[in-house]
Amino acid sequence: MHWNSVGEFFAMGGYALYVWGSFGACALLMIVEPFLARRRLTQARTILARERLADELDLQQKNS
Amino acid sequence: MNAFLATVRRDLLLALRRKSEVLTAVFFFVIVTSLFPLGIGPEAVLLKKIAPGILWVAALLATLLGLPRLFATDHVDGTLEQMVLSPSPLGLLVAGKILAHWLLCGLPLVLLAPLLGLQFDLDASALGILTLALLLGTPLLSLIGAIGAALTLGVRGGGVLLALLILPLYIPALIFGAGAVEAHIAGLDASGHLSLLAAMLALAVFFAPWATTAALRVALE
Amino acid sequence: MRQSIVQWFRFASPQSFYPLAGRMIPWFWAAAIVFGIAGLWISFFVAPTDAQQGEGYRIIFVHVPASWMSMFIYLVMAFWAGLGLALNTRVSAMMAQALAPTGALMATLSLVTGSLWGKPMWGAWWVWDARLTSELILLFLFLGFMALQAAIDDPRRADKAGAILALVGVVNIPIIYFSVKWWNTLHQGSTINLNKAPSMAQTMLWGMLLMALAFWMYSIAVALMRVRAIILERERNTEWVKHALE
Repeated sequence: MHWNSVGEFFAMGGYALYVWGSFGACALLMIVEPFLARRRLTQARTILARERLADELDLQQKNS
Repeated sequence: MNAFLATVRRDLLLALRRKSEVLTAVFFFVIVTSLFPLGIGPEAVLLKKIAPGILWVAALLATLLGLPRLFATDHVDGTLEQMVLSPSPLGLLVAGKILAHWLLCGLPLVLLAPLLGLQFDLDASALGILTLALLLGTPLLSLIGAIGAALTLGVRGGGVLLALLILPLYIPALIFGAGAVEAHIAGLDASGHLSLLAAMLALAVFFAPWATTAALRVALE
Repeated sequence: MRQSIVQWFRFASPQSFYPLAGRMIPWFWAAAIVFGIAGLWISFFVAPTDAQQGEGYRIIFVHVPASWMSMFIYLVMAFWAGLGLALNTRVSAMMAQALAPTGALMATLSLVTGSLWGKPMWGAWWVWDARLTSELILLFLFLGFMALQAAIDDPRRADKAGAILALVGVVNIPIIYFSVKWWNTLHQGSTINLNKAPSMAQTMLWGMLLMALAFWMYSIAVALMRVRAIILERERNTEWVKHALE
């Protein structure tokens, strides 16, 4: 452990913008991407659920 | 072999009936290369330095211009399907079409390049190297481009998509082609660049018609 | 022997791969987080300050894994696409499609972190360094693959066309890389290189490896999530999908 204080850690020896910019960009995109993938999955599921509901309603109408 | 020559002949004849399409690519090449000095300024030293790059990039774009039509017209009138069904191997016919494309879109650029090179104050030996590099490089552009043309056949936004797919694959040709002329101007030997270009051409002659055929079969399924 | 091959092909059907992927995803997330924490710990608290580049070199702990992953994902993507083309297995083509955005993301991250490293070290946001240039071209290849698949409406044709493009790309990548390197040395490239910290200590290597593992596990997890969505989108008219949602 070679950081003497929290401030020194965040200053990154004067490279704060670049180091935290890099790690921040990675963190940001790696949080956004799974979120988008998740949303795509839930959207696919909602569409399927709606289609199934429509099918069932069709069936009910035919039966009645 | 007969089928190959017949395809080349047919495509050339068809192009002669629509001369404007061939001339468009050539004029494009001339205009783009003439625009650069206007944008950059008439400083001879700078122009001489960037001439190989400009001529090569313009050649790249001019080749790209003719590519969407390589298979599109034959696809629309059903000739392409007949080619797939014909007894002679499709690869051979495709190779014929690529050769015809080069004769129509590549060769005129090679012949014009020395003339345009004069605008950039290149000396005679540099012009020779430029022509030689283009002679080896433009067939390569046609061969690689044919794969992209087959992949984007009948796809919406095909022309722009074709550029996106193919231009990254053109980079080695650009680097070695322009590099040969630059090396020669810098007083170095250009034969290394030229033999690498020739090697890539040999590789492409072997693989590109095959990949194009595969892509065409997918497109026509 | 034959039995085990048949077993493998069973997973090649979307029907059995969909739940399997769902079961695997949490494990890959867990692995990604564990490796990520360990890697971050090493990269910030264990790895010593670099003599030449100061603390700025710590960017390599995300840059190098992102670059590795972008190249690796292209290879894996081409492998699945080629397999889909050769064996006509639907899941492998979907896997290729699911990997492409993650690969493009990794290439983007590699470029962003590379230029963030370049600004203090080279004094410019962008230098036509051989590795950065190749990475940019790789990003174009990913975008081309995605654009081609998006432009073709028929999914089967999109799969096959994408596969041919990916395979052509794989043949071309070494040629492109070699030519860019040649071009770079001819034009006197920069002398300090992002990927060679001058005194590569053992701990730095460990940090890089752990971060690379974390990125790898992350990529698998996200690709599996996306492939599940793609399976549902494409197989929506089949009987099994209707029951899978219960």
